[in-house]
Amino acid sequence: MTVADLHTLTGAYALHALPEDEREAFEHHLSDCEACAQEVKELAATAGRLGLAVTVTPPPAMKEAVLRTVAQVRQEVPGHGHPVHHASVPGRARRLSRLVLAACLAAAAGLGGVAVWQYDRADQAREEARQAQDRADAVAEVLGAPDARTTSARIGDGASGTVVVSRSRDKAVFVGAGLARPAEGKVYQLWFDDHGAMRPAGLIDSDRTADTVLMAGRIGDASGMGITVEPAGGSKQPTSDPVALMELPA
Amino acid sequence: MGLVARGDQEAFGAVYDAVCGPVLGLVRSVLRDPAQSEEVAQEVLVEVWRTAAAYRENRGSAMNWVLTMAHRRAVDRVRSAQAATDREQRAALLDRTPAFDEVAEQVEARLEREQVRRCMRSLTELQRQSVSLAYYRGLTYREVAELLTVPLGTVKTRLRDGLIRLRDCLGVTA
Ligand SMILES: [Zn+2]
Repeated sequence: MTVADLHTLTGAYALHALPEDEREAFEHHLSDCEACAQEVKELAATAGRLGLAVTVTPPPAMKEAVLRTVAQVRQEVPGHGHPVHHASVPGRARRLSRLVLAACLAAAAGLGGVAVWQYDRADQAREEARQAQDRADAVAEVLGAPDARTTSARIGDGASGTVVVSRSRDKAVFVGAGLARPAEGKVYQLWFDDHGAMRPAGLIDSDRTADTVLMAGRIGDASGMGITVEPAGGSKQPTSDPVALMELPA
Repeated sequence: MGLVARGDQEAFGAVYDAVCGPVLGLVRSVLRDPAQSEEVAQEVLVEVWRTAAAYRENRGSAMNWVLTMAHRRAVDRVRSAQAATDREQRAALLDRTPAFDEVAEQVEARLEREQVRRCMRSLTELQRQSVSLAYYRGLTYREVAELLTVPLGTVKTRLRDGLIRLRDCLGVTA
């Protein structure tokens, strides 16, 4: 195989698609081809994104099993290599591509992650996903926008909210997880915060306390968003203190 | 990861929470069998604990380090198992779409899925099939070529230019 041929193997290598003998030959080439080494790094990171896209909700019992095993497994001693550096604290509004890593690092650093796992039964989750799919076109457009950015906050005890903003689409999506069901005759209402003036941005269906809502209206000049509990049907102005206020990512 | 490498089990628990869903999802997309997938995912997670000291930030994100390990394991497992499998079953691979049908409630996962979906649509049909079969099904490029009945060189090139297009579409930097 010529060197020119070897240069084309970066993709296959990053996808673990080379048979054993060719993998070894290519790794040999990698050690003295800087261009390929850099490309492999980027393509491997790209492959990782394909992996993140098929994330599932793991069964809770698995964690116990792994933690039990880990308690008995001896770690490899760090070699004479470089010391392990601490990650810096991630910024508040992050590029999506860094999101999951940021959650990982934040959690590992003891700052608390934004992840809230829902252990719904699979069929229920599937049904919800199907319904979500029906409503999801506009939502997907925001979530899939190249400039989509997010910000998250804890809401009270154990609940969290995430706002996804696409400035190019001028639309925002709110994703709540674990929100307590509002009292009878009450509803969660979303608001855009136009520098202190609250503008109605839709209601969260009371039966869906862990779902995705396309916020009504344009983002416009809004600098933040809020959630209040309002009488069924919603209000023109907030009539109660907000349960959450978040700044929108720039 | 630094804390994990120094034996901090609580820190490992937090890393577990962040990576377990992606690891299990990826392994399941390659192996299909739920029980076997859980087994392999558990092995990977224990491996993360065992070899945490080997992780180097300058070589990429921790998530990517873990996912690379998970993919490698899943691929090894599926290849050793496939040696004994009727090759005709492989044709069925073509009928199945990548495992975007799996459900995760975590918002980050939904965002990833939407972005990857959007970018996958920007590939040519041959690029998309080649990348999907290699990554999500764990096929070697030779197997991909055979399955799609295209020349070996073409598949190599499509894997590379397909990934490059995805890299640009997803804005991956490394
Ligand atoms: Zn090269």
